[in-house]
This record gives sequence, structure tokens and C-alpha cells, in this order.
Amino acid sequence: MVKPYSMKKNNLHTPPDAVPADTPIIAAHLSKSYNKGTVAALSDVSLEVKKGELFGLIGPDGAGKTTLFRILTTLLLADEGQAWVSGYDVVKNFKQIRRTVGYMPGKFSLYQDLTVQENLTFFATLFGTSVETHYELIKDIYDQIKPFSDRRAGKLSGGMKQKLALCCALIHKPAVLFLDEPTTGVDVVSRREFWEMLQQLKQQGITILVSTPYMEEAVRCDRIALIQNGRILHVDTPSRITGAFPVNLYAAKAASIYTLLKDLRSWNQVESCYAFGEWLHVTLRQDTGNGQALIREYAASRAHAQVVVQTIAPTIEDSFIRLATSNTLPYGSGH
Amino acid sequence: MKRLRFILQKEFRQMFRDRTILAMMFMLPLIQLGILPLAMNLDVKHINLAIVDNDHSTYTQKLISKIGASGYFIIVTTAPAYKQALFTLENGTADIILEIPASFERNLIREGSQPLNVTVDAINGIKSGIGAAYLLTVIRDFNQDIRLLNNGQPVIAPAVIDTATSAWFNPYEKFTWYIVPGVLVLLLTLVGGFLSALNIVREKEIGTIEQINVTPVKKWQFILGKLVPFWVVGMIVLTVGLLVARLFYGIIPVGSLFLLYLLAAVYLIALLGFGLLVSTISNNQLQAMFIAFFFIMIFVLMSGLFTSVDSMPAWARTIAAGLPITHFMKAVRMIILKGSSFKDVLPVFIIEGLFAIGLNALAIWNYRKTQ
Repeated sequence: MVKPYSMKKNNLHTPPDAVPADTPIIAAHLSKSYNKGTVAALSDVSLEVKKGELFGLIGPDGAGKTTLFRILTTLLLADEGQAWVSGYDVVKNFKQIRRTVGYMPGKFSLYQDLTVQENLTFFATLFGTSVETHYELIKDIYDQIKPFSDRRAGKLSGGMKQKLALCCALIHKPAVLFLDEPTTGVDVVSRREFWEMLQQLKQQGITILVSTPYMEEAVRCDRIALIQNGRILHVDTPSRITGAFPVNLYAAKAASIYTLLKDLRSWNQVESCYAFGEWLHVTLRQDTGNGQALIREYAASRAHAQVVVQTIAPTIEDSFIRLATSNTLPYGSGH
Repeated sequence: MKRLRFILQKEFRQMFRDRTILAMMFMLPLIQLGILPLAMNLDVKHINLAIVDNDHSTYTQKLISKIGASGYFIIVTTAPAYKQALFTLENGTADIILEIPASFERNLIREGSQPLNVTVDAINGIKSGIGAAYLLTVIRDFNQDIRLLNNGQPVIAPAVIDTATSAWFNPYEKFTWYIVPGVLVLLLTLVGGFLSALNIVREKEIGTIEQINVTPVKKWQFILGKLVPFWVVGMIVLTVGLLVARLFYGIIPVGSLFLLYLLAAVYLIALLGFGLLVSTISNNQLQAMFIAFFFIMIFVLMSGLFTSVDSMPAWARTIAAGLPITHFMKAVRMIILKGSSFKDVLPVFIIEGLFAIGLNALAIWNYRKTQ
């Protein structure tokens, strides 16, 4: 329904710069600041998402994820830089973009006083389509909330709301789907289900850009961009990012974890030391492969009891922390 | 057009689901019009009077019984001394003290004149002012009677210019006739100007406007979808209000009902533009509420709802002329009480039309800018 129309438009208004058709999302040197330039939300962000990719934007709260989403979904104008979605310029061709993308804001933004069914029908009508037209696309998700189709959206559980919001964002079969922190505030089971749904949508050829503050969700994406303080730290597949961790990573624990943390941090051999749950993740300055023994010796010399030291594989979170402090620490094979 | 129809359907659906707002829309005209005009009565009655009678003569007896019989005064106390009477004024039991000096009767007969002392509590300015005027009228009347009595034989009646007043358009000079059309206008303003503003701001506050903005919905469709329901509700409120006016107060519009509705229709468009403007300025319902309250105060006090615009100072008249409600209120009273024709209220039509165009244009311009 929507597709042929937008294709026609595309032919009429070819974007000035040749935009590759297989990269539905291109951001080029985007910058945005708030409060008259005092708060920089995005600085020089460049990004490319390939067709059919499940792309994750990973970063803590306040990193600039939502700002980037709002620029790409034509809700906000960037101060500098350009961006294209489905080959359309986000400023000049915002009308076409609004026809072809689905957006699910971080905050639940459906009508709480309308029922599940009414919300769905309403958004279908706004896109000039009907619930039936693309029912196949949402069927698997909608079946789960169908028993509650007469319930008001405000009375749904968090996970249910999320599914309804996803249905509404998909109702016009968008080519690109933007999901801003879809799993924030959702329980663990619903979160897993949600990521499985995204995998299924990917199979249907929909390009998905998803943001999350949860590092452990990053491994479910094809590629991820680590973002902090409005800057992209690194873009790659999750396995290559963790694989590029340049040094050995050790996990250590002792009876008194807090004094161990203080002691290790004050030791000049230690490059970095962070608490990860009940463990401390440690890297050393000059690691010749005997790091485990070195740490154990040092801990013993400081009279620590029940010391355990292991060599571990780095996670995305380890990589993120190292990258976030990368002005002092090297990262990747290039160093 | 299909989109607009669905937006309207959604708006009405939401409106009917919000029981509180729905109840307010229909209870508002019933309660406000049913109770307020009765409670807000500018006819001053029940003036509490304290009398200090130092004379205790037949004349003072006559004066006091005349005052009591006037129906406006309640003689709360007859104090033996002025100081004690002043105490009743201080604690609020009396509004006015009338002090009759000793030898009141003797001086009247012998000297032909005798001053009286009237002390008023000026905290409630209107009540004391009007009360004192009433009291003076009663005393002047008494004065006339005295002269006739004093002369024994009323050979030459004193020359008195007697004026008979006849009140046009409100023959019984009922305060309710004056205030009910005013309150009706205020209700229409509340619904058209403020409920609409709050409604649009609510979409902003809960974030649904974001979701709408990424759809291909056109701005005018969204705005029209918001404004039409409140226009309809405004017309319903007007209808309920007119029914209440007829059933409770017997006010039947003398002029054409069609003309009244037509004018209200134009006025509502102007007011909806105002509501839209408020919604573009505010980011949440609390802000919108405060802005609305600010204007409501100005509207109530400056539009001529209670006090005549003509008796305001020149600068205040200028402000009043800049409010759409002032002109509409005047025209509504003209149509309901006076039976004015289209020709009479044509200037108001033009003014409201200009307000409608101006406010809506400003709102849309501001709406674009903030996007």
C-alpha cells in the first residue's frame, strides 16, 4: 500500500547526493546541542546501517541515543551534519520518511484510554492502511495480546504495552524500524521474547535500529555502535569488539572485595580495575602471561584471604569501559 | 478525509471515556448557572444596623420603626452609648451605626434641623455604601413626613421633584437577568478556550504527539481533529445553558436563537484559536492551567461580567476592548435581553471574525516555529 507510492516519490525527487540503496540509515557528522550550545547531546556522529541489519546503539543513559533517534525520525533538526533514511534526506524529504519508517519511542506513547484494538486501528488509519493489509507481519506478536484486544492500553502490563507499541509501529510495514530503548523497564522474560521477535522481523527484511542501555543485549545485534557523551566510540560486530580487547582480562575476588579493589587500584602494576558484581575485572600494565600469579601474589602480600583469580573472556561491558577511557588506554589490534 | 474522520472518532471516543471531563461539561452549565446567579446577588439586603438612641422620644420611635419597616435593615442592637455600638461594628455584628443625639425631637421642632451620625463599616465597600444610601433615603423620607406633621396643617406641600423610573429590557431589574447571560458566556469560554488547550497539551505531556508526528498525518488534520469536538461541546453547553436560563430563571431570549448560535459559533472559533495558542506555549498541563487561570481572571474581571465596562478607566476600557469575550458578552446580552437583530450585532460579528482569524493564525505560526 505505502510502498509503491513512496517509490514513485523517490523517482520524482532523487536526493542530491547519491545515497546507496543498500544502506537505509546513513548519518554523516551529526551534531546537536541543547540549551544554546551548553549541552552537547551529539558531536560529529557518523553511522551506516545496512539493509536488513539489526543494529544496536549501546550506551548509558544520557549518551545521546534518543537525540539521534529523534533526528533520524525527523522529529528534531540537527545543528550540523546530514542524515538519510531509506535514501531520503531527513530534512528535505521528511514526509516520505514518515511514510516508510516505524518508530517506537522510549516512553510508552499510545493512547492509554483507547483499547488495544482501537489503538491499532487508529494508527493503521493514520498511515492510510488497515490492520488486515499487513496482518501477516504482526500476527506472531499480535496473537500474544489478542486475548486483551478489548482492554484499554493503560491497563496492560509493561511487556504487553511493549508488544502493542511494536505492533503499532509495524502496522504499515515500515522498511526501517526505530526502537528507542524498547526493553527498558521490562522484565527479563519479556525482554528475551522481545529480542526473539526482533530476530523474526529481521528475517522479513526490515532494517532495525535499536538502542539499549543493557550491555548484555548487545550480543543479540548484528552490529553495534558504542556511544557515550554524544560520541560514537566504536562500530563493529559484538564478537569482533570483544575479540579486539587488546590485553588479558582477569577476574579476581577475595573475602573483603572492597579492600581488594582499593589495594589493586593503588598498585602501580594495575592498568584498570572495576567491580563487576562479585568480581573485580583487572588488566595489568606489563602483562607477560603470568598475570594470574602476579595478582595472587600481590593479594597475598596485602593479607587478603580466600583469593581467587581467573583469566576471562571480555564482555561488551569490559570493552565499553575500556573504550570509554580510550584516551588513556589503547584499544584494538592497531595499538 | 478518511484520516480526519478517524481522528475525530478517536477524539470523541476519548472524550466520552473521560467520565470526569464529560460530567464536568454537562454539570458545569447546570451547577454554575443554577447556583451562582442566585448566590451572587448585588441587591443589598440584610444590612445589620445598630442604633444608639439618646433621645427616646416619639420621633425617634417613628424613625426607628420606619427604618425597620423598609425591609432592608435588620436592627441587631439598640446600644445605650456610641462606644458600645462601635464595639458591635468592630466585631462584625453590625454594618452601620445610626446615632440619634439627645434632644433630637426638641431640636427638630425648635430649630427645624438636627444632624444625625451614621458610621459605616467600609470593609465590605458595596454593602456599606449602598446600605448608607438606603438609610439616607429612609431618613429623607422621614424628614418629609416630619415637615407635614410639624406644620400641623399641610397647607403648602413642599416642592418635591418626583421621578418615576421604568427599567427597559429588564423590567423588574432582576440581577439574575443581567448575570445569567454573562455566566453563560464564561462557560462557553471555559470549554472553548481552556479545555481545548489542556487537551492538546496532554498529548504533548504523555508523548503521544511524538508518535503522531512520525506518521504521515498532516498538521491541519491533527489540529482540526482536536478543535472540532470542543466546538461541538461548546454548542451543547450553550444549549444546556439556555435551557437552564429558561427553566430556572424564566429568561427567554427576546432575539433570534439562530443569531445567538451563529455568533457563538464564530466566537468559539476565536476561542479555540486562543486555546491552541496556549497549548503551543505550554509544555505540560500545569503550565497550561496556570496560563488559562491568568486569563480567566482577566476575563472575569474586565469583560463586564460583573461591572460595567463603561465605568472603567480609559486604559482598562482599552484592555477590555482587546478581549474577545467583552464584545461577545455585550452582544449576547443584547440578543437575549434586548432582542437585537443581525444588523445591531454586525460589528461584533466582524470583531469576533477578526479575532478568530488572528488568534488561529498566530497559533499556527507559533506551532510551526516550535516544531
